[in-house]
Amino acid sequence: MGVYGFGLIGAFMFAGCLLGNLLGNALGLGSDVGGVGFSMVFLILFQIWLEKKGKTLNKATEGGIQFLSGLYIPVVVAMSMNQDVFSALAHGLVPVLSGALAVVISLLAIPLIHRLFVKK
Amino acid sequence: MEIFAKMAASYGLVGSFILVTVVMLAGYSLANLLHQKRMGAAFSILLALVVAWIGGMISHGQQAAYGAELITSVTHGITDVKFITQSGSALAVFGGIGVLGGGMMRDYTIISTAWGVKGENIVKAGAAGFIALILGLLISYLSGVGIGYAFGYRDPYELATIGAGVQTFVVGPVTGTAFGVGSDVIALSIAAGVVKSVVVMILAPLLANKIGLKDPSSAMIFGGLMGTTSGVAGGLAAVDAALVPYGAMVATFYTGLGCLLTPTVLANVTAAIIH
Repeated sequence: MGVYGFGLIGAFMFAGCLLGNLLGNALGLGSDVGGVGFSMVFLILFQIWLEKKGKTLNKATEGGIQFLSGLYIPVVVAMSMNQDVFSALAHGLVPVLSGALAVVISLLAIPLIHRLFVKK
Repeated sequence: MEIFAKMAASYGLVGSFILVTVVMLAGYSLANLLHQKRMGAAFSILLALVVAWIGGMISHGQQAAYGAELITSVTHGITDVKFITQSGSALAVFGGIGVLGGGMMRDYTIISTAWGVKGENIVKAGAAGFIALILGLLISYLSGVGIGYAFGYRDPYELATIGAGVQTFVVGPVTGTAFGVGSDVIALSIAAGVVKSVVVMILAPLLANKIGLKDPSSAMIFGGLMGTTSGVAGGLAAVDAALVPYGAMVATFYTGLGCLLTPTVLANVTAAIIH
């Protein structure tokens, strides 16, 4: 059933975010450090494990997962409608300029890091 | 009208699907009209940001008119816009956007995009992703400190708070609170973080071709450099949804690392240099 896919992703999310929160607590931050990343790593390891065992997920379960990732862009659009754009622009030039400057420099750094640190 | 508003408030999540559909329909139609079919998600996000801006303007106006007891929050774009009934209560007619577009659904759907990701792609760019995280924290921090300095801020901890805010709008308040910086500067640092995530969403699709943002490795570097979960999620959705898991996976470590390094190392180095 499709909902098994929802539950599977949810279980990985809880496992990963629990690890992220434990790590955050251990570092004295009291917040989540990398929870989403850990969840994704667990999900990828689970796929590798499935592959090694020569098993595949039930079609409907996989459909549930694909339905969730299909929801991703609508969720991002809703998230964008939820941003505090008004206040961001109402605080004068310092936030606007510093935010924009950081993005432009960072974007330009992508090809540089790619050339230096990605193994061919 | 009031009957409709009551219904909209009680069916919030369903209402948010309608609103998202309208915005995406407009965004994808606009992209088709301009012969930029691949930019549909980018246009939708841009329109959504305009909706958020209008929403913020309305909710600030409502708070000024009805007081903060009735309009308690004005920081969530369209979500905070209320319908005021004749009996004087505020109905959250767009409340569902806060659920569908909140952190829970964002993270849940991001994780699901890792289904089908190849492990070797991540191993290949793992080191680059880590370097990008550190460099990204430094670039954002220095941008905030530099611009703050240029605009007359001289207190090293205020500058550090602005720089931290540019990293993400979580690190700014964490740093500011640690050094007892005034709430006006903290508010400004949060604004800087929001600006960054919005600018990432807009610029990433525009510059993607020029900077080679087209494979899993560059998406991981992008995630590490930018760090803002919302910005990376929106930016990569607008470029190519297949790249989302790679960028998001690295970006998720940014805020934590920023909270760890900025109030301790970066702020104190800044203080040592400026004094």
